[in-house]
Amino acid sequence: MAQHFENELDGLKQKLLAMASHAETAVNQAIQALVERNYELALQVRQNDKVLDRFEIEIDDLAIHLLAKAPLASDLRLITVAMKISQNLERVGDEAGKIANRARDLSQEAPLKQVVDLPRMASLAVQMLKRALDSFVNQDAAAARALIPQDKEVDLLNKQIHRELAHQMIEDHETIARCLHLMVVSKSLERIADHATNVAEEVVYLCEAQDIRHTGKAG
Amino acid sequence: MTEIKDISSSNLEATSSTAAISVRDLSVFFGDHQVLKQVSLDVLPRSVTAIIGPSGCGKSTFLRSLNRMHELVPTARMEGEIRLFGSDIYGRGVEPVIVRRRVGMVFQKSNPFPTMSIADNVTVGLRLNGIRQRATLLERMEQSLVMAALWEEVKDRLHAPAVSLSGGQQQRLCIARALAVQPEVLLMDEPASALDPLATAKIEDLILELKKQYTIVIVTHNMQQAARMSDHTAFFYLGELIEYGPTAKIFTSPTNKRTEDYVTGRFG
Repeated sequence: MAQHFENELDGLKQKLLAMASHAETAVNQAIQALVERNYELALQVRQNDKVLDRFEIEIDDLAIHLLAKAPLASDLRLITVAMKISQNLERVGDEAGKIANRARDLSQEAPLKQVVDLPRMASLAVQMLKRALDSFVNQDAAAARALIPQDKEVDLLNKQIHRELAHQMIEDHETIARCLHLMVVSKSLERIADHATNVAEEVVYLCEAQDIRHTGKAG
Repeated sequence: MTEIKDISSSNLEATSSTAAISVRDLSVFFGDHQVLKQVSLDVLPRSVTAIIGPSGCGKSTFLRSLNRMHELVPTARMEGEIRLFGSDIYGRGVEPVIVRRRVGMVFQKSNPFPTMSIADNVTVGLRLNGIRQRATLLERMEQSLVMAALWEEVKDRLHAPAVSLSGGQQQRLCIARALAVQPEVLLMDEPASALDPLATAKIEDLILELKKQYTIVIVTHNMQQAARMSDHTAFFYLGELIEYGPTAKIFTSPTNKRTEDYVTGRFG
């Protein structure tokens, strides 16, 4: 094939990997800001969201440019999957931004008694994202399929945390504002896990040309 | 051959009784040189089947074997079987001329008869087959030119020389000529490769219309064209059929690595 096209495809992959790295960092830093009550770190995460937005635009531009060359088979799948993954990563960045916003606000208030399962939920969501991105790097469909069932666990944790926080708000009205912040954090972590699942499904399509979205199972 | 069975064995077994063209273990030799090696596939009726592969892979030889045109080469020899709607076209007593009437062919370079008019080019095949009534000739000529999407452009100058037409028009005239004798199958060997993009688009649109009535097999080097126009695609390499299946699958997720490498331009 034209070496130039091959180089451009490689450029697309590298850009997507760079975006993935930024997205992972954004989530990790947002959670760190929350746990450490770190106002400055929270602001930095918000600031860095622009980087992910720019990546999405650049990847879409490059993908359209490559699609105009009428690629086929695995090249076609890579380009369309890259567009979808970049969209999911941009949303991950948005969710990290939401967590950072709440972390910023919570850092200015008295600490709330620790919601037991929030750190566990954060760990799961971050792990899912990392595994999804690793499966893309390694073109490993089996690894992608393996992480998909974890999304259910994250969903259940989100519901549990919401119940706990609702109970907390009823018991102590002075915690309402802080509990609402944490509910948003929980929801954002649940959305990050959803995006990780989406990335995993795209990796399966890339590697095996099988569309396992909306099947309710890992295929 | 394993790939063929894995991908299309159900296609072969389930549709061989309904195939327009059924090819079994076709091998073609020119002298001692084997050009095709035990090719088996079914061409479905009223569909477009694209034949792709690198230069020298046997695509055109395969196409020509479907209407016995390869026999025009003195040292040509074939083994295996080709059936046209169930009839063995190489059977004892089967005349190649009759086969070629049922299976028409359009070539890469348009070849209207240069000394004949547009009208005569279309009707020559009919007259050679003994049709003399003027009314019948005129009716079939108009029908064929309409089907070839050329009628409106030439109806007022049917007696003009065929060579006065543009390249794209000449190619559509050749298609009309092939259609005039009412074939069952149309073979096309890179019919648009010598044409500009606009003329190519017209030919492609025409093929998509014609497939409603005819079975079409087309050799093309243009994979995007094959992807646009065909229902099934067969990939040949070094005389072997490597993979055959629905076009969408061949061009988005081929099973065989050589097919993948070819359609992505990584070899050939």
